[in-house]
Amino acid sequence: MTRRLHPLALATLSLCAAIATMPAQAQKSTAEGIAEYRKMLEDGNPAELFEAKGEELWKTARGPKKATLLTCDLGQGPGVVKGVFVTMPRYFADTNKVQDVESRLVSCMSTIQGFNADELVKTPFGRGEMANITAMATYIAGQSRGMRMALPQGHAEERRFYDLGKAAFFFRGGPMDFSCAACHAEDGKRIRLQDLPNLTKNPGDGIGFAAWPAYRVSNGQMWSMQLRLNDCYRQQRFPYPEFGSDLTVALGVYMGVNAQGAESIAPSIKR
Amino acid sequence: MTIRHILIGASAAAALLLVAGCANKPSQAEIDTQALAMIKAGFRDQGIAKIDRIEQDLGQKACSSDKDPPEALAKQVEAQALASIKWPTGGQYIGDWREGEKLAQNGRGMTWTDSSTDTKANGAQCYNCHQIGPAEVSFGTIGPSLYNYGKLRGVKDVTDPASAVIVQYTWGKLWNSKAYAACSNMPRFGHAKLLDETQLRHVMALLLDPKSPVNE
Repeated sequence: MTRRLHPLALATLSLCAAIATMPAQAQKSTAEGIAEYRKMLEDGNPAELFEAKGEELWKTARGPKKATLLTCDLGQGPGVVKGVFVTMPRYFADTNKVQDVESRLVSCMSTIQGFNADELVKTPFGRGEMANITAMATYIAGQSRGMRMALPQGHAEERRFYDLGKAAFFFRGGPMDFSCAACHAEDGKRIRLQDLPNLTKNPGDGIGFAAWPAYRVSNGQMWSMQLRLNDCYRQQRFPYPEFGSDLTVALGVYMGVNAQGAESIAPSIKR
Repeated sequence: MTIRHILIGASAAAALLLVAGCANKPSQAEIDTQALAMIKAGFRDQGIAKIDRIEQDLGQKACSSDKDPPEALAKQVEAQALASIKWPTGGQYIGDWREGEKLAQNGRGMTWTDSSTDTKANGAQCYNCHQIGPAEVSFGTIGPSLYNYGKLRGVKDVTDPASAVIVQYTWGKLWNSKAYAACSNMPRFGHAKLLDETQLRHVMALLLDPKSPVNE
């Protein structure tokens, strides 16, 4: 993964330096300052560039079969993009799998455009076709902006994946004994100054699952939900989660169903 | 085929669907087995982070649900953890609080982007979750505040026998936090070889030395 320094990242660094020198009493206003800073950045969220790129990729004939993705079914029928994001992950009959937006894109790119699915999932984040999948996921998320999370739980597989996701969420392991729950099962907790959403319930509009994909100012990268989970596991000191694995999709079902009714603000902007 | 036959067929199909819907609901034990298989299949080695990291020991397994483990199991985990504590060589508990502060600030180590599992590559992660020194406002809140840790516990001289109980408890907590709470969120710094004895002594000094800013 490449980590280039974006001009906005420099601004963040200097903000961090300013925070570090503030006295303890200024803590509340520091948090307020960060909120204000985020608000300021929303006016020009670079995620829009990725949305535009994703839309173009979606509509362009590509791959060995030189086809567009306009026949790709994201759950509401071929080519329907509006409103699908807040209903994923969901069960798809053609693959007989519960899929999130990214693993579904891999299926469509493989069957419709002729890309090799194994190669796609092995491509590192930010590179080649993986960067394209992230851009398309960003575009698809943007087409549900302001809508409320409404993951279907009608199919037995969708309900089973919720239970599996919950088990994975509480699974403790690694050299530091962490689980997702170690940081995300209580209200009002922080790591350093970073607020941690409680993901065992609805954490509120535009928080947690309803905020990703997001543009990350600190490293100038567009982060999909798969990359968000990937970096959580890195910080949990776990081994490397496979892209689009049942594990990551099940976690998405667990968080998405818990967030049912929350407004999706994706693609958002993050520190 | 008469209308009656069709109706019977349709209701039979509906009944089958209903039964299938109920029968398909897996039990919690089945979910646990399936989840374990899914987790094992979901990870691969990357750098120093190998898949053996998801092999759970007794305590990790006991603390992997939204419910607390049964009391007897929790006690077993705590007893095992207590027995695992290695007390410091030569009874030397306290190092340099300045080094301790550096370690407390350092949140590095043990991820797949780190190059070594050597204790020298690791920080003590403290500020991620705890308030400690008065100068650091960027602290986490997953753990309790440790500001004035030694002072609040009446430690005026770390070598005074009156302080021995709290000094030893603190070492034990850092070495294996699960000795005192089976499902503590705190890493087992000594037991899991995250920090060596010298590093632990420095963190001990940060918390307990009356000259440490934590206790001023």
